[in-house]
Amino acid sequence: MINKTAAQMADALAKDETTSVELTQAHLDRIASVDGQVKAFLHVDSEGALAQAKDVDARRAQGEKLSPIAGIPLALKDVLAQKGVPTTAGSKILQGWRPPYDSTVVSKLKDAGVVIMGKTNMDEFAMGSSTENSGYGPTFNPWDLTRTPGGSSGGSAAAVSAFEAPLAVGSDTGGSIRQPAALTGIVGVRPTYGAVSRFGLIAYSSSLDQAGPFGRTVLDTALLHEVMAGHDPKDATSINAPVPAVVAAAKSGDVKGMKIGVIKQLQGEGYQKGVQTRFDESLEVLASLGAEIVEVDCPSFEYALAAYYLIAPSECSSNLARFDAMRYGLRTGDVDGASAEAVMSATRDAGFGREVKRRIILGTYALSSGYYDAYYGSAQKIRTLIIQDYAKAFTKADVLVSPTAPTTAYKIGEKVDDPMAMYLGDVATIPVNLAGICGMSLPAGLADEDNLPVGFQIMAPAMQDQRLYQAGAALEAALLSKWGAPILSKAPELKGAK
Amino acid sequence: MSSLSRDDVAKLAGLARIEMTESELVELSSQFGMILDAVARVQEMDLSGVKATSHPQPLENIARPDVVLPSLSPEDALSGAPAQEESRFRVPQILGEAE
Repeated sequence: MINKTAAQMADALAKDETTSVELTQAHLDRIASVDGQVKAFLHVDSEGALAQAKDVDARRAQGEKLSPIAGIPLALKDVLAQKGVPTTAGSKILQGWRPPYDSTVVSKLKDAGVVIMGKTNMDEFAMGSSTENSGYGPTFNPWDLTRTPGGSSGGSAAAVSAFEAPLAVGSDTGGSIRQPAALTGIVGVRPTYGAVSRFGLIAYSSSLDQAGPFGRTVLDTALLHEVMAGHDPKDATSINAPVPAVVAAAKSGDVKGMKIGVIKQLQGEGYQKGVQTRFDESLEVLASLGAEIVEVDCPSFEYALAAYYLIAPSECSSNLARFDAMRYGLRTGDVDGASAEAVMSATRDAGFGREVKRRIILGTYALSSGYYDAYYGSAQKIRTLIIQDYAKAFTKADVLVSPTAPTTAYKIGEKVDDPMAMYLGDVATIPVNLAGICGMSLPAGLADEDNLPVGFQIMAPAMQDQRLYQAGAALEAALLSKWGAPILSKAPELKGAK
Repeated sequence: MSSLSRDDVAKLAGLARIEMTESELVELSSQFGMILDAVARVQEMDLSGVKATSHPQPLENIARPDVVLPSLSPEDALSGAPAQEESRFRVPQILGEAE
């Protein structure tokens, strides 16, 4: 049962062929069996999950009309507050914290009857691209346990890839959903900025952060997307407009006549050979389905990485000021006579990891008087140019495409001491965040040189998220018939405890 | 090649309220040159006349009617407090020397 898609599980539930309790227990068993190796979860809430499952089964038995994914188990990135359940954002500074409220995403999942099984590992405060920056140790890629699953939503991606959960929620500030989806051979979507409420999403970079869905198929991802999205008065940046019809788009999957723009700047040099090969093949597949492939020029993208690594640290240096050791979270050094400032400084030293400190310091520098205009100010202007490049490109194409990440999954430890090498992995995903538009990564096959998954990225204008699903579903179906079996069937089997 | 001295990093760490060990200060200062060189690329383009974007959405102030809505109870609000006293957050000394 755990190898089925979420849509198939939902179908089985609707036909009374199984129950949510059965489904949830099967996944909890899988977690117990393989998560000792994958380490996707920081906290598994078996009791809470089974109670939710039981409740949904009872409501179904009474004939209540339920959401399409009611009763389906899900893994939640630990960046989202869930009432009464430990929530750490991968940081020691929040160890043991149990939020007194639900994030809007969690409320919506609960309302839809989705069963939240637990909280998944992540780079501390979502700062990272490999999950190695977690305060609780790394997550391991189910395709090769010596490699990273990507990040920062590496735990959520690994859980779905390892069949520990059919669906998961992540967040994407610079590629943190799309890149781990690519590296673990699954589908991940970063919705349009403002499409999913940020209320209760622990903030890293507020103008870039966006929560979104993971699944093993485009349709599964769409089913979760539709449940998560929607206007929320609790988030002032939430878009007050109907949710794009992503499920319908995923079911249609037609690209005939669709114009697909290949971004000149996001391919070629710097991209692994096997990544580029699978990308080019996918383009041929789309062309054979009747799409028109055009090339588009986005010259300012060359500066996107630099702009991102000023804007995100600047916003984080301000956002993380809330961890002051006063109202919640860790407090150390509170000895007789110690000042609040000394306690705050000691606590932040003890509670934050290296990358978080690095980004706070970089942001503090970029925002300091005398440097503000040269760094943060310039980065904000580059952001304008990137938005303009996209606007121009979208006059020539309905969607834009690129490889999701320049390489396949790398070894744990390989880049951990070289921050710039790590940052380069985000080069193709960051422009979407800076422009506030939407993007998807879906599997394009395995790279010949290492047999590891390659991601194909699709981008669409703000609030045109359905285009991602339309193009993604078409490519997915064509590749599936070419391969004969889903990509995850090629992953090595994890040796379970039973 | 940009650089940031150990003392510069120490000053920034002070502003950011992060106590740092000597080895952390030295490590960060050695990494900063490379990072600053990379991000300084934003200055390579001619940006005269380009407006700054602080946010991807053109938003105006969002206001709601001024009515009281349910909120956290004092117990819930204090549930994560490192220390509390008489239904309040107990914090370390915030003003100079004790009298």
